Amino acid sequence: MMAYIIRRLLYAIPILIGVNLITFVLFFTVNTPDDMARMHLGMKRVTPEAIEKWKQERHYDKPLVYNKSTDGFAKLTDTIFAQKSLALFAFRFGSSDNGRDIGHDIRQRMWPSLAIAVPVLVMGMLLYISLALLLVFFRATYVDTWGVVLAVMMMSISSMFYIIGGQFLIGKFLHLVPISGFDTGDAWKFLILPVIIGVVGGIGGATRFYRTLFLEEIHRDYVRSARARGLSEMRVMFVHVLKNAMIPILTGVVAALPLLFMGSLVTESFFGIPGLGSYTIDAINSQDFAIVRAMVFLGSVLYIIGLILTDISYTIVDPRVRLQ
Amino acid sequence: MPEFLFLWTDLLLWLLVLLTVVFIRYAGKRRHLREPWQRVFRSGMAVGAGVVLGAFILIGLLDSIHFRSGDDAANPGEVLSLFDTMVTPLREQQEKSYSAPFATTLYAKEMVTLNDGSTVRIYPRLKYGGAHLTELGEKRRDIFVTTAIGAFQAIVLWLMVVGLLGLWRRKKPGPHWLSMLRSSSDNTNRFPWHVLSWMLLILFMLILISANLSLKYHILGTDKVGEDVFYQALKSIRTGLVLGTLTTLVMLPAAILLGVMAGYFRGWVDDVIQYLYTTLNSIPGVLLIAASVLMLQVYMDNNAADFSSTIERADMRLLFLCIILGVTSWTGLCRMLRGEALKIRELDYVQASQAFGVSSFRIMMRHLVPNVMHIVLITVVLDFSGLVLAEAVLAYINIGVDPSTNSWGNMINSARLEMAREPIVWWSLSAAFVFMFALVLAANLFSDVVRDAFDPRLRGNS
Repeated sequence: MMAYIIRRLLYAIPILIGVNLITFVLFFTVNTPDDMARMHLGMKRVTPEAIEKWKQERHYDKPLVYNKSTDGFAKLTDTIFAQKSLALFAFRFGSSDNGRDIGHDIRQRMWPSLAIAVPVLVMGMLLYISLALLLVFFRATYVDTWGVVLAVMMMSISSMFYIIGGQFLIGKFLHLVPISGFDTGDAWKFLILPVIIGVVGGIGGATRFYRTLFLEEIHRDYVRSARARGLSEMRVMFVHVLKNAMIPILTGVVAALPLLFMGSLVTESFFGIPGLGSYTIDAINSQDFAIVRAMVFLGSVLYIIGLILTDISYTIVDPRVRLQ
Repeated sequence: MPEFLFLWTDLLLWLLVLLTVVFIRYAGKRRHLREPWQRVFRSGMAVGAGVVLGAFILIGLLDSIHFRSGDDAANPGEVLSLFDTMVTPLREQQEKSYSAPFATTLYAKEMVTLNDGSTVRIYPRLKYGGAHLTELGEKRRDIFVTTAIGAFQAIVLWLMVVGLLGLWRRKKPGPHWLSMLRSSSDNTNRFPWHVLSWMLLILFMLILISANLSLKYHILGTDKVGEDVFYQALKSIRTGLVLGTLTTLVMLPAAILLGVMAGYFRGWVDDVIQYLYTTLNSIPGVLLIAASVLMLQVYMDNNAADFSSTIERADMRLLFLCIILGVTSWTGLCRMLRGEALKIRELDYVQASQAFGVSSFRIMMRHLVPNVMHIVLITVVLDFSGLVLAEAVLAYINIGVDPSTNSWGNMINSARLEMAREPIVWWSLSAAFVFMFALVLAANLFSDVVRDAFDPRLRGNS
């Protein structure tokens, strides 16, 4: 087990190097730092001095991968690639293009993101699984048919409408909770609306997905033998089927766990919640490439951690799986 | 003679149509390909959804034939599509600013100078919406009469179409002609003609009533600059279709080739390809799209001279968005194809071909690719609705299609600020919602049936 985890962690290194190379190519070679400086300073009437100054302030004035003007090892380390891309491996995110410390921002902003993502995940799971079990319980009846139709209809609604509609209906029309903003004092007031919308928005897709999982289980032999032993359909469904279907459900959730830190892009920025999702959106809108670069790297690291956690959780919930 | 203008997405869209036609002819001759499709079209759900999809596709294709409106080279004029010329009144009847659906006055009060020189603050009459009315009290009656005319035209057209279909079917032995209109008890093995008939009636009604009404009114209101929202929503269909279809078309060659190669060759080829898609997959999709689009923006700003017109520029951005979405979404399909190829390569007929010394390339082309096509098809159909929905989110983050391109995402994005107005401007948002919902729902229902018909695991049940 330990050896397996270590090997997986080592395997993550080439992947992260690959991610690093892709972001480096995207951000520094497709458009040179000169182009970016020109864009930030305004397209027209930019003096070369102003560009140089902009680059110097942000340490973009070095050669890309190979620095001829220095000696020895510094030829490779005193470059943009080493300073801006490789530094990410040590989680040194540096400072954003407008001078703030990215690492500090991330540490501060991940908590509001979690405050939304975790309740959405927990409440969502409970709701979706119960709904899916209900549909399976009533399978081949009108409840099931119309439930599935309703789920498909809910799936067909863009997430933007859930957010805009929910904000309008609950916040503005019924005046129940503030429509946006954040305050650490009574945070629940600001969190309740995004959480509800997050849960409702997922009902369609998730319920249908879990229903398929449960339906696959319901034809298995152990279900038939449980029924043959005279167990009630309720007990078969909620004890036996649920327990076995939990394997794919749990492992799917575990894969998503690390990414909860990244927050939800649209929800957070819509409700003005200072999490990592709105941080990313703000960075994209203000074209702050340093932050986008840091978030790309962070996202990949979390994704890979998710993959490893999935494999480990398989061995824990399903004793038939052995890692080697 | 108008000068035709071929945009990149136009060409690719028509290429896709051509490929579809070729595939239909190809599949029609082969029983194993024909049967799943017959199963699809025996389902009433699929036929109903197919009619809706067909209407959307027709509008999208008409909107994909572009030409310059000017007659001479000196005065090139603006770029229009065939669809634009069909709905010229909608396009040209521009008001000054917001107006509600079926309104005859503007949404906001304005200072107006009367004939006698005095100024009053009133809701000014619209230039086009309901301009034919002399007495505003007649509006309700006028709308009713226009609707009735539209409905009558629709019924006449419908009777003609259904009559012709019925006549055509008479030549073949079949059930009573009434089965065009009602479900018969033995309809499980037949094409559900009655669903087609009734869906066509609803469709004709919608088209002709809205066509009649929109000549006189702005049936979905106007937006901030006075453009008809109904026109915008119709123009957005093409954007949605392009994103939903071209994205998968762009990614398919890479996904099929790499996936099949990884599964067939195994060894180091497999390792490299797996490494490639794990790396791409581990970058959060939205961030990769954002990074690429930002870079494209910088590139376009620095090389503005390369694009002769805004529409070409916007088209380039749309195509690029398709490619980027394709790059982020091919990995899932590639992984599935790899798994399937790993299984198929162990089957007897592949082993036999290897023993006969058939080249690896030929084995992949003749034995592997045709046998994984059902997975490809299911993925293509399932991905479509997700891509249409994704466009709205991307537009919100400002990394979607060009702001000058009509799209539902752009409509929603500009409409969300209007929700704060009092009284609220709800019609842009609702129009985008209804159109998007109709397309995505139809696509979802259709893809469900396609998946059930093609998935070999489910075939035993039916």
